[in-house]
Amino acid sequence: MLHIVACIKQVPDTKIIKMNPKTNTMDRASAPAILNPYDAHAVEEAVRLKKRYGGTVSVLTMGPPPAVKAIKKCIEIGADAGYMISDRAFAGADTLATSYALTKAIEKISKIKPVDLIICGKMTIDGDTGQVGPGIARRLDMPPLTSVNKVKEINVKEGYAVVHRKLEDGYEVIQSTMPCLMSVEKEINEVPYSSMSNMLKAARYQPIIWAVADLEDVDRPQLGLKGSPTIVSKVWAPTKPSGGTMLEGDAAQQSQQLLNILLEKKELFAVKGGSGVEF
Amino acid sequence: MSFEDYSGIWVFIEVKDGEVVPVSLELLGAGKELADKRGTELAGVLIGENVTHLADYLYEYGADAVYVYDDVIYKNYRTESYMKALLECCQKYKPEVILYGATSTGKDLASAVATDLPTGLTADSTILDIEEDTGLLLASRPAFGGNIMATILCKKYRPQMATVRPKVMKALTPEPGRTGRLIEETASIKEDDIRTKVLEIVQHTTKKVRIDEADIIVAGGKGLGSASGFQLIHDLAETLGGAVGASRDVVEAGWVEHHHQVGQTGVTVTPKIYFAIGISGAIQHIVGMQNSSLIIAINSDPAASIFQSSHYGIVGDAFEIVPLLIEQFKQAFNQEVIDHV
Amino acid sequence: MSEKFDCIVVGAGPAGISCAYELAKAGVNVLLIERGEYPGSKNVMGGVLYRKMMEDVIPDFWKEAPLERPIVEQRFMMMDKESAITFGYKGMEWGKEPYNNFTVLRAKFDQWFAGKAVEQGALLVNETVVLECIVENGKVVGVRTDRPDGDLYADVVVLADGVNSLLAKSLGFHKEFRPDEVALATMEIIKLDKKIIEDRFNLEENQGTTIELFGDATKGILGTGFLYTNKDTLSLGVGSLLSGLIKHKIKPYELLEYVKNHPMIRPYIAGGEPVEYLAHMIPEGGYKSMPKVAGNGVLVVGDAAQLVNAIHREGSNLAMTSGQLAAETVLLAKERDDYSESTLNHYKTRLMSSFVGQDMKKYKDSTHHFDKFPQYFDKYIPMMNKAASQMFTVDGSSKWEKQKKIWRDVGSAGEKIKLARDAYRAWKVMK
Repeated sequence: MLHIVACIKQVPDTKIIKMNPKTNTMDRASAPAILNPYDAHAVEEAVRLKKRYGGTVSVLTMGPPPAVKAIKKCIEIGADAGYMISDRAFAGADTLATSYALTKAIEKISKIKPVDLIICGKMTIDGDTGQVGPGIARRLDMPPLTSVNKVKEINVKEGYAVVHRKLEDGYEVIQSTMPCLMSVEKEINEVPYSSMSNMLKAARYQPIIWAVADLEDVDRPQLGLKGSPTIVSKVWAPTKPSGGTMLEGDAAQQSQQLLNILLEKKELFAVKGGSGVEF
Repeated sequence: MSFEDYSGIWVFIEVKDGEVVPVSLELLGAGKELADKRGTELAGVLIGENVTHLADYLYEYGADAVYVYDDVIYKNYRTESYMKALLECCQKYKPEVILYGATSTGKDLASAVATDLPTGLTADSTILDIEEDTGLLLASRPAFGGNIMATILCKKYRPQMATVRPKVMKALTPEPGRTGRLIEETASIKEDDIRTKVLEIVQHTTKKVRIDEADIIVAGGKGLGSASGFQLIHDLAETLGGAVGASRDVVEAGWVEHHHQVGQTGVTVTPKIYFAIGISGAIQHIVGMQNSSLIIAINSDPAASIFQSSHYGIVGDAFEIVPLLIEQFKQAFNQEVIDHV
Repeated sequence: MSEKFDCIVVGAGPAGISCAYELAKAGVNVLLIERGEYPGSKNVMGGVLYRKMMEDVIPDFWKEAPLERPIVEQRFMMMDKESAITFGYKGMEWGKEPYNNFTVLRAKFDQWFAGKAVEQGALLVNETVVLECIVENGKVVGVRTDRPDGDLYADVVVLADGVNSLLAKSLGFHKEFRPDEVALATMEIIKLDKKIIEDRFNLEENQGTTIELFGDATKGILGTGFLYTNKDTLSLGVGSLLSGLIKHKIKPYELLEYVKNHPMIRPYIAGGEPVEYLAHMIPEGGYKSMPKVAGNGVLVVGDAAQLVNAIHREGSNLAMTSGQLAAETVLLAKERDDYSESTLNHYKTRLMSSFVGQDMKKYKDSTHHFDKFPQYFDKYIPMMNKAASQMFTVDGSSKWEKQKKIWRDVGSAGEKIKLARDAYRAWKVMK
């Protein structure tokens, strides 16, 4: 019986977040808080593995009290239990301090029920780093398997997993001992429309919430802002369109100018693997 | 931790099929500038099987020194083996900066190394600079889905680390015959210590791009006249390797399926490039694409409001301009690939 | 296995939430189903919350609810193309407890309100569409949702699913709307510095203004516009009858663009950044369009029951009161253990004897009247503006001469009689 922990985060929907042009700060109120879209796929994969191999799925998040909503969303997807660590001491954490705090929570969860597998989304849409998952794996001394786009096999008895890791030009098939940590790509699955029974379960669900004091062997200086090596020194807004440049001339001249603009962004058209174009 | 002990700018050299990947050369170019500013050495860290000979190539691209871990154990990239090599090298020689390409390998490795050292790591940087006197790395990157740019510092830890997006930095023009120091190292890891095995590597070409994940979206509107006119959008999208988007009325007219619809009642998208072709620019559409990094509008109506929300606009006939663009792009791009190989 | 609840409320708008809140408070096992991502995400209300009706549900709500500004001034603007006659009232008594009305942003307020219902014990399920009522032996016994294993049962179902209540329609409670029974409202939330809002509208902190717009705001099509002050945003919207939009071949958002560029409105919103765009249908048919509101095992509340007073731009207060009355009726039915139409019809009786029913009756002919005689909007408002302009322009002619000229401009004797007749008609429907 597998015990899978999915690490998730509530994030502002960065697709619609608005900037305050004067202060260059984000108007968080303008964007609803949602479950990080990559994490939905992580939870879904955990639920699928549970169905395939039997077991339970716990989700874990770190965040302020309203982040309970994100946990409920995971229950809708099919998770069995939700844990949240919430404390002022966690505030201002970068990826290093975040992976430390989550690791401490996973250690506590493991005491309730040993963890076989940890699944994270590829990255969060507000942090865009993808560093927390591998960080947790290192701290727990598990092999980190990033960019996973397929879980081919889990052998519970012999304790190994076989996954596909997405590469720029394909994928590699990796076998890893368990327990291990996977961070998954969106393409790994489609998150289906949740069943009504899961919706009702989620509506009633209350996660377990822990403060720092509830965790064990915590080295406080490693938490939150204090435990974060990186700091943001400056933010500015990238240029926004405001009635752009018109490209003049005849059709040939216009398309030539357009081509030059595209070539400035040629990295987007890079052929993965560099072995010729196959459009 | 005494910062004086740390010196030198390092670049993790990624090798694929026996060749150095372009981003590593780009980072040597960027790293050279940082090293010059600090008056320090630029070094590459080369890990792999049968890779030592590549060091000569790296000197030509600006490396003053190359640390090599050449062993069968490094045949394929694996987090544990590569991490161990880099960690030991780091502890022994103490660089002040390590740069990695923001590739799946580079990001995977950097995340693991940062945790074990521990130190700060800035992901997906697009601008790099360094303070001459303090050696503080100023790594800037787009954040919050590209809504802002942020400069990230790591003041209290060394080395400072960043992954850097491919194709952003420029490689130096190679200087034939330029040489440097070769430092050959062996890490203390054994095959039995490694818990992962690469069973197979499968290469395959691109498949259809999802609209909400696409870097490039070519979207068309009613201005294209008909479902057959809309084929133009598919053609351009295919050429550019992008996804097809559509305005609401096009979807309602049944020219394409609903999942292509961008806007209030469709999908909100934030690609790197957004083409709006024959789209008038109703607010419902604009709200779904206005945060795209680069918006290009083509419309025959000079008064179309889409031009207010675009970086570049073309007043003209899409059926004339787009086929030309497709042709020119194919030519130009084939040239690019040849340049790179 | 399908669950059974005492009551299922479909739609978490002001009506549905009020109903669920009251029921949960009374210990009833109630499920509230919302189509949107969260309550408020699909709701557009002009943005005015009436203190009295809200207070009936949650006393002293203003101490904790996410409100924008208490309204201390209400203005009315009769607009022509480049002019307007404005009148209004501002009073400081509205600026302190217990207040009169507030501006609110639905997305925040409804979420909070629904949260209060959940605190009382209601179960809230979002992002779920109710496809139909499950009817057995002529009685509504539950709802079928679009989710897997999505059938749910209840003793009584309360339909609060909005103006275009497909559920009420499928039960045969209402017919399809005629285009002159429904208005289409579009609005924008425009972000503007708090201080700038206060300067432009002559307000102090925690004071708000509402301006109702008539006449050229809707290009002479029957309808109204509004401009409300929130904390650091403005709500600007226009609504007009669907029939008018169809007749004039104008799209709702074009109307909104028009009013944004109107010289009487432009200065208020200058420099603001539109942050949200919303569109919504509003029932305007009034009393005459009211559907059946009670059946075997089912009640209809709020917009779904067409409870809107088009003349006074009130909807959410009627909705809340109807939700409350429905809850009271459900409690009564529970007590009798009888959910038949005859018991549930108490709701209709209560509704009709409340201010909701009284107002609906009072204004039963109004929207229709103004739709039938478009001259009120496309002729008389411009006429008033012209008259005012002449009266107040200092050009050396005497006021006596000016009045004579204004009266002359009204037109021939026949036109004058028509004006008098229209004035009488308007008074009759509004009195």
